[in-house]
Amino acid sequence: MEHKQWNRRQWIQTTGAAGASLVAGAWPLGAQAQSPITIGVIYVGPRDDYGYNQAHAEATAKLKKMPGIKVVEEENVPETQAVQKTMQGMISQDGATLLFPTSFGYFDPHMIAIAGKNPNVRFSHCGGLWTAGKHPTNTGSYFGYIDEGQYLNGVIAGHMSKSKKIGFVAAKPIPQVLRNINAFTLGARSVDPKITTTVIFTGDWSMPVKEAEATNSLADQGVDVFTMHVDGPKVVIETAAKRGKFVCGYHANQSKLAPAAYLTGAEWNWSSAMNSIIDAARTGKPHPNFVRGGLKAGFIKPSPYGSMVPEAARKNADAIKAKMVADQFDIFAGELKDNTGKVVIPRGQAFKQTAIELESMNYLIEGVIGKI
Amino acid sequence: MNDIVLPVLWAVLGGAIRVGTPFLFVSLGECLTEQSGRINLGLEGVLVLSSMAAFGGAYLSGSAWAGVALAMVAGALLAGVHGVLCGLRRVNDIAMGIAVMMLGTGLAFYLGKPLIQPQAPTLQPIVLGGASSSAQLQAALSINPLFPIGVVIALALAWLLANTRWGLIVRMVGDSSDAARAQGISVNRVRTSTTMAGGAIAGLGGASLTLFYPGSWNELLSSGQGLIAIALVIFARWRPLACLWASLLFGGAGALGPALQSVGINSAYYLFNAVPYALTLLILILACTPHRRLQGAPSELSVQR
Amino acid sequence: MSPRTLAAIEAAALPILAVAAALLAFGLFAAWGGYPPLEVWRLLFVGAFGDAFSWQNSLQRAAPLMLTALCVAIPAQAGLMVIGGEGALVVGALATAAMPYLLAVPAGIAGTGLLLVAAILGGAAFGALIGAMRQWRGVNETISGLLLAYLVINLFKHVVEGPMRDPASLNKPSTRPLEESLLIGTLPGMDVHWGLVWGVIACAAASLWLLLTTHGFATRVVGGNPRAAGLVGLPAHRLVITACALGGAAAGLAGGFEVAAVHTAANASVISGLGYAGILVSFVARHQPLAIIPVAIVLGGFGAAGSLLQRRLGMPDASVQVLLGFAFVLILAAEVGRGRLRWPGSRSRSAA
Repeated sequence: MEHKQWNRRQWIQTTGAAGASLVAGAWPLGAQAQSPITIGVIYVGPRDDYGYNQAHAEATAKLKKMPGIKVVEEENVPETQAVQKTMQGMISQDGATLLFPTSFGYFDPHMIAIAGKNPNVRFSHCGGLWTAGKHPTNTGSYFGYIDEGQYLNGVIAGHMSKSKKIGFVAAKPIPQVLRNINAFTLGARSVDPKITTTVIFTGDWSMPVKEAEATNSLADQGVDVFTMHVDGPKVVIETAAKRGKFVCGYHANQSKLAPAAYLTGAEWNWSSAMNSIIDAARTGKPHPNFVRGGLKAGFIKPSPYGSMVPEAARKNADAIKAKMVADQFDIFAGELKDNTGKVVIPRGQAFKQTAIELESMNYLIEGVIGKI
Repeated sequence: MNDIVLPVLWAVLGGAIRVGTPFLFVSLGECLTEQSGRINLGLEGVLVLSSMAAFGGAYLSGSAWAGVALAMVAGALLAGVHGVLCGLRRVNDIAMGIAVMMLGTGLAFYLGKPLIQPQAPTLQPIVLGGASSSAQLQAALSINPLFPIGVVIALALAWLLANTRWGLIVRMVGDSSDAARAQGISVNRVRTSTTMAGGAIAGLGGASLTLFYPGSWNELLSSGQGLIAIALVIFARWRPLACLWASLLFGGAGALGPALQSVGINSAYYLFNAVPYALTLLILILACTPHRRLQGAPSELSVQR
Repeated sequence: MSPRTLAAIEAAALPILAVAAALLAFGLFAAWGGYPPLEVWRLLFVGAFGDAFSWQNSLQRAAPLMLTALCVAIPAQAGLMVIGGEGALVVGALATAAMPYLLAVPAGIAGTGLLLVAAILGGAAFGALIGAMRQWRGVNETISGLLLAYLVINLFKHVVEGPMRDPASLNKPSTRPLEESLLIGTLPGMDVHWGLVWGVIACAAASLWLLLTTHGFATRVVGGNPRAAGLVGLPAHRLVITACALGGAAAGLAGGFEVAAVHTAANASVISGLGYAGILVSFVARHQPLAIIPVAIVLGGFGAAGSLLQRRLGMPDASVQVLLGFAFVLILAAEVGRGRLRWPGSRSRSAA
């Protein structure tokens, strides 16, 4: 039964020019044809969490309106056997030929395992580090350089902080989180090098009470601007606002939650990434295995500034943003020390955003209070 | 030294009330239920359902206190299911409690889907430390308005159980249903009413979660807090006032981790997260005796044999 | 008909009637939310048992539940209410992932066997600790099991994301993945891993142990009437602790399979509530190990169907939880009908 569906929708499996041959037996796909497609999107949490999942759900909602695209969705799918069955179910029961499993934890082994069993289905994972030769060619990963957004958050935070103490509520010390913490701190210290960032790790991606407690503890220490990297920033934003502190958002636009406290934010815009992957699938082009982009590619965008952000701060941040878009700005450039005093990027070296080294960051830079 | 110890102390103190309040209400509700000789593990479900109901009520009505009322009603109704069904012959209260927990969380997650995103009016804190110059002290003394209600309920329960005819009946039903029956008391009716009242009290804990701290509805909001609160009742030896101290202790222990991290001590945050459980377990081990039944335990409880 | 046959029919009929009533109630509940009840019922069936894929989906979900349910059922035979199975599972998972750190695990099936033995021993130690605290210190096992589960979950996360973390596991902190030859594959011709077979074997073995061996019988005596057990000189401490250890061993094995057959390494994703779901299964099966097998499959089926309900009708993911809540409440409430079939209406209802 599954095979019949595959025969109806055959996709090119291998990448590269040599792989551009169709498996025989199916109707031929013209290079330009936009054939109808069923897409599966899987979320680890609720779709309206004002955060990680909502950012994807917003992009998916746009997909649903496009002609020829049918979307099946499932939320709150744990990173276990359950997600493997959900992926296989979307393929076998709903005829999906392109899947977006969006949680970090879906990549290995779950998506890789299902991709091996379904060589004619394309898989595009958010955040994973797809590696040629190691991972199947019908899989891939996309992600955005959201540290650019966190750097801009930091710049605004640096202008707004009176106590010179800013705070970061984070889930776990993984490279993507550390990169954000460091970028936020670098942004703030570009305004005032005396600023320090205090980090609290809650230990999990969604723990409302711990996140609230972390925010309160930081506020008690005099932290007056917050940002975060947890799945749903709602609790941190509301708690910080209740304490009369400022906050920079993350994942999605949360200004509605606390208009008087929300300075700006680093938002995802997954539409362009997802659309390019979908277009490739519908026209039979090779599967884009490694998709990355930042402000320039439109993968991320800053939230509009809150009314309390002064002109000088806006100008400063806008100028840096313009440089980022023009590829003239490196966030991580030497000499950079970690917070134990060790040089992590030597003088004269600068990492472009595309540098693979940044995807395995394992240090907190000078100015961050916290250990990993 | 002082710049670490004092802030951490204040944060833990404030955290004890912030984090401990839901535990207080659930443990008081369970304490009342168990005094009548019945266990209601379903209070975890009550906590989740009532927190959703509180948020939904406040969101729809525009009044946080209307949300609080709805939470109590939802808590009493769900606990009522437990109360009535456990009165039937052969129905095991522990098993039914787990079933009610399942039903309560299921209904809350199902009906609460549209409530994850919106904001609802929340309860205003009672500010005691307004005059204080220290921000930490001010924060620690911005108190959950439900917390004093919890203290009053704890005092009232302690007094009522010890000194009134009603308290005597509840305890008699809890200690010997045969003796109660001989007095012409309807054991079922007493247990059903304490179970429902316990549900209503636990419902206040739910309201505290969604309407004060953290102050929004989310499916991972409780993550077992209700179950731990039920455990605290045994820890507190079925004494309402001890439930108060146990909840504060547990809440404070939960606040310790973030407080230490905020002053830069943040290796091993998982170990700090484990502290409340380890502490409770340790005290239980030390306080229990192998050969005697737990002091203060109602004899009819099915965990006591 | 003999009373025995009648009782057996009744024992099967009551839960089936209760599930039917729960399905009816769930259909009405769905209709109230604007979902077509007929389609809901159809998808529930199709998603759970409609075709080969659905069957495998249900069986796969059922496999760990069988083992975690035993963690409740076996101690229950000795009169204990252990709900800390999630903790035993986590210890089993950690033990499995830790073996290659501790010693040179041989490749292939011998190595896999070694890993699973470690999982079993880890889970058994966890269970025995609960039993020992209960017997020697009088600590209530329901509470200690729960607290201990939360405790080891945090310790587990600390260890797998700290000292045992594989530096190569970038954005999903995990232990080093097991070598390919140690991983457990799927059953021939199916997309279900070997955990299913072991779950069924464990349930059958537990059943045989309870019914046929003196040790199992003695355990039931201790559970049924501790005073009588004391009078005839049964070693209650040893029996209770052994029962807890056996239960923990089953859940530990489930943790071993989660690592060796599903996740390939230990990480926070292992903690997904399988231990808690096992409680439900055991209670519905009335703590009878053989009954756990079909109950786990039905529960797995509901999980599989929930996935389809979400994708086809856009129903909330909690739909299945609501259905399970209805079913569980009704199954337990149906107990009141027990014995009615034998003596229709004649037994006076006790007030308790």
